[in-house]
Amino acid sequence: MKHSISAMLLGTALALGAAGGAVAQDKNIKIGVLTDNSGLYADLGGAGSTVAAQMAIEDSGLAAKGWKLDLISADHQNKPDIGSTIARQWIDVEKVDIFMDVLNSGVALAVNNIVKEKNSILINTGAATSDLTNAQCSPNTVHWVYDTYMLANSTGQALVKAGGDTWYFLTADYAFGHALERDTAAVVVKSGGKVIGNVKHPLNTADFSSFLLQAQASKAKIIGMANAGGDTTNTIKQASEFGIVSGGQKLAGLLLFITDVHSLGLKVAQGLNFTETFYWDMNDGTRAFSKRFSERMKNKAMPSMVQAGVYSGLLHYFKALEAMGGNPHDGAKVVAKMKEMPTDDALFGKGTIRADGRKLHPAYLFEVKKPEESKGPWDYYKLIGTTPGDLAFRPLSESACPLVKK
Amino acid sequence: MQALYAQLLVGLINGSFYALLSLGLAVIFGMLNIINFAHGALYMMGAFVAYFLLNLGGINYWWALLLAPIIVGIFGMILERTMLQWLTGLDHLYGLLLTFGIALIVQGVFQNYFGSSGLPYAIPEQLRGGMNLGFMFLPIYRGWVVVFSLAVCLATWFLIEKTQLGAYLRAATENPTLVRAFGINVPRMITLTYGLGVGLAALAGVLSAPINQVRPLMGADLIIVVFAVVVIGGMGSIMGSIITGFALGVIEGLTKYFYPEASNTVVFVLMVLVLLVKPTGLTGRAA
Repeated sequence: MKHSISAMLLGTALALGAAGGAVAQDKNIKIGVLTDNSGLYADLGGAGSTVAAQMAIEDSGLAAKGWKLDLISADHQNKPDIGSTIARQWIDVEKVDIFMDVLNSGVALAVNNIVKEKNSILINTGAATSDLTNAQCSPNTVHWVYDTYMLANSTGQALVKAGGDTWYFLTADYAFGHALERDTAAVVVKSGGKVIGNVKHPLNTADFSSFLLQAQASKAKIIGMANAGGDTTNTIKQASEFGIVSGGQKLAGLLLFITDVHSLGLKVAQGLNFTETFYWDMNDGTRAFSKRFSERMKNKAMPSMVQAGVYSGLLHYFKALEAMGGNPHDGAKVVAKMKEMPTDDALFGKGTIRADGRKLHPAYLFEVKKPEESKGPWDYYKLIGTTPGDLAFRPLSESACPLVKK
Repeated sequence: MQALYAQLLVGLINGSFYALLSLGLAVIFGMLNIINFAHGALYMMGAFVAYFLLNLGGINYWWALLLAPIIVGIFGMILERTMLQWLTGLDHLYGLLLTFGIALIVQGVFQNYFGSSGLPYAIPEQLRGGMNLGFMFLPIYRGWVVVFSLAVCLATWFLIEKTQLGAYLRAATENPTLVRAFGINVPRMITLTYGLGVGLAALAGVLSAPINQVRPLMGADLIIVVFAVVVIGGMGSIMGSIITGFALGVIEGLTKYFYPEASNTVVFVLMVLVLLVKPTGLTGRAA
């Protein structure tokens, strides 16, 4: 908060100095990070997303150019009703201009509607559901980091190609799990595989043994985990207990974050394949950012792709604002400007934002290193494949988004 | 049919955690009249102490089984001495609010330092691997959990219902003044009882560390279910909470098989039904 206050003061001082000359432009923006600050997804978003937003504000240099930037954050507790209430309050009372993170697909879809209704902006870096840029797409929303279609496409295809042609799904019973299972099943079938069963478990389950036994009994070659966060780590840990992998079945983590791998430890996580769009140890740019980020984190964690997305998304938003020169409160207009400009930053490289709000950048297929291959904490991934941005995500020809002209 | 046996067994495993935790709650409620909402946080602390013992002190699982309950039990006794004892004689609500507050603080502190995804704790070497029972692959560790927690539950029941010490305890809850008149230090006995209940929670925490991630919220997720177990079994009934713990584990396991979507609500549906028919719980006596 200290930073935002000094940024405010600086901004105000400069604004006063400049006010005499040019026509007064409204250069006040308020950024809201809406995330899970205390639950099972808090490590992959949470306080780290707020840190990333703060870093973007500092690195943008906008304060020195007369902008006044404010940052607030709140905990939606993974409940769509709480998320919606906060969103309305933020827009109506707090005058928040842009929502960042908003992980949890259930919350994201709810906030997406409110943001559209109130002409605000949502840069979603945390939620997975591909519906945000498909049937539910909005002129006010950009989906930044990843989505279920891309995960399914990259991981699903790779595994079927490697011989995993029968699948059983373990699915988190809410919008995200359903979307991930649906998208992955489609890819599996399209690539010549077969889905032989599924079981839906409640969000935030501690014991997966019942579900794992059902998956084991199905004799499917691949057990697809259409869940995330603590649910996935518990599944993986307990699967090794029940001898699922040693029995010849393979676990497919459809959505895993580096914080999950860190939490599991390499001994349990080794050999898992999954897809992400950001890893701290990709190049000098990602390393430099991640080092600064980790120094500011209480537990010295490296950034997840969700947190990296908050930084990258905000920087692009700021560029669009600078190009517009001011008056940042017409959400749809700002998003249109963001779509016009190509994106480029150190974390996700060069990319674009499509008409449906989908941000395009490469998707990386990773394998978790063996303990003896790792050089130290957070050295976890081996890159085994890259899908270019235009092939990784749902093609516009399959889109049900009304914003896409056909 | 084979799958059904497997689900029954898995249910029994989860039931052992419910039993251990609800037993501790029942002991505390029965003897101290406190609704101990901090139970989940203390269970979590048990798991964390095991983690620290292993990673900072190199002390293995077996010692942790003994040490973690003692360490967390002492923490519990300090809580009782410094805070809970002042609530004697007040409405239940005060104890509930105080312990709930303690739980939130403890969880908050752990989450602040260790995040929410948790830390890994490996299964001890002697209990790795599994047995093929024909109808399922039973991890040895899970079998150990069932046997061990059943033994602990029965030992606790024996201690309270069948020994001299237990008789003092029960007498002290009935009429503390009279028991004091016989020269027995009632406040100390109450502190030790709270320590025992807390120790049981910590023991459950150590048992669960190798199965679940050691996470700050592991107790918060479980405690509500465990309270439902206690309510169904009858507040304060020792045997009632043990039996209900195992039984509900099995029922939940079956739900996971037949209708998985309802698996985390089935316990509460049962609780509502029991409260409608028999408000004192299945084995509870009228207050």
